[in-house]
Parts: sequence; structure tokens; C-alpha cells
Amino acid sequence: MSNTIKVRAKSSGGVADIKCLITHPMEQGNRKDKTTGEDIKPHFIQDVTIEINGKAIVSGSFSGAISKNPYLACKAKANPGDTLKISWADNLGNKDSAEDQVK
Amino acid sequence: MITDMKRRIFLKGSLATGALGVALGAGLLVPQSVLAAWNKDAFSAKKVEDAIGALLGNPATETSDAVQIKAPDIAENGAVVPITVSTSMAAESISILAANNAMPLTSTFHLGEGAEGFISTRIKMGKTGDVIAVVKAGGKLYSARKSVKVTIGGCGG
Repeated sequence: MSNTIKVRAKSSGGVADIKCLITHPMEQGNRKDKTTGEDIKPHFIQDVTIEINGKAIVSGSFSGAISKNPYLACKAKANPGDTLKISWADNLGNKDSAEDQVK
Repeated sequence: MITDMKRRIFLKGSLATGALGVALGAGLLVPQSVLAAWNKDAFSAKKVEDAIGALLGNPATETSDAVQIKAPDIAENGAVVPITVSTSMAAESISILAANNAMPLTSTFHLGEGAEGFISTRIKMGKTGDVIAVVKAGGKLYSARKSVKVTIGGCGG
């Protein structure tokens, strides 16, 4: 699992606009497979953390009611060059993280 | 179009067993620290009040103009409804609920030091209803609502 996260952070006036897009099916677990009729198992991101310079600024929990390929934006104090880290973990134990610099 | 309608019916029907399966799966596979963060009771609650109570310890919220929700009046596709919540208060957490979803709580965000009171994401809505934002600030809960009409079939309102 890698490259599931796209992130962009732009700082102006000491506050950064952080936007990220994660590739994930976000399956709620209440649908059936159309061809086999079997239940599709829940598979969704539960935890998302956004860190700047190693400090968590936003730690979020999702349910399956977040849209497929989740989009998340927030704002936080940060300067250009700060290290930004996004990480997620889903209900099946998969996880991924990405690092970028605030621009 | 037909498949879309079917999907919507499935969205509406929540299975209690599904939620249980999630909990069991999480217990087996997810590290303890992650498990502790994800509030199963709140996410599987079927009523807005129960979800807020389980999540934030108190179901009572005060309606406040300082909490703003930006959401479409009409969502042509209930699978992707963009929601932005912002507040001028020093928020500790922001939670987003869809009142008429089978399990209303969609997401909750703890805001650490340096974070502004601003969250934008996209949620699924099973049917027309209110989107509720709950902001915790100074130990109190503040909320705002916005009605979003979900049109079935995606042919416009």
C-alpha cells in the first residue's frame, strides 16, 4: 500500500490550507455483490491523522459514511518548509502514510 | 440509474451484524492504540442524540451561529455530498452527522494545537435530511444544522 494519499499544503500568513485525497473504497458493509448476491464486507478508513513537524493537529475518525476516496481539508498554523505527515488506518488493518513539505 | 437506486436502498438499510463484524475485525487486526481512538458506540448509534452522547459524553448541544455549515441545498448524488464546517470558536473537536442516515455519525475530528476551526470533507447521505455539525469548545457543545435534499436518480431537483 503506497501512494494512496495525495496531499497539498500551502501556507500564507502563517496559516496553511491542507488538502488531502486518499484512494480507498470506503465500503460501508451494507451492500451486496450484484452478480454473486453475497454481502460486501465493510472496508473503510477508521482513523486519519494529520501531523505538522511531528505534532498531531487533526486526528479524525471516519465511519463508512464518508464518501469513497475520502477528501479532507483543514487549516492549521504552519510555515513553508514545515513537515506535513498524513496517515490512515482502516478496519482491516491496512495503513498508509505520506509526507510532504508545506509550501 | 436503476443500479444507483438499488445502491441507495442498500445505503438506507443498515445491518446490525455489519457493525458487529467491524468491531470484531477491528479487535483482531487493528493495533490497540488505533482501536482506542475509534469510538464504536458512537459510530454504531442509530440516533443523533445517542451518537453525540456516546462520542462527547453529553447529548445536549446548544445551537450557535458561530458554527457554520457549507453544504449543497440539493445533492444530486447522495454518495458524495461535500460538507465544510467552520467555526470562529477555539474548537477542540468537530463532528459531522447526517440525521437521517441509519448510523448518523459520519466523522469526528480532534483538533490539536495550531489547528483552525475548519474541516472539509465529503459524506454519503442515504436520504434527504439535516446535516448536523457539533463543535466542542471550552467544554461545551455547540451545533448547527443544514437541510440537504438528496434527489434519487441523479437527474436534478
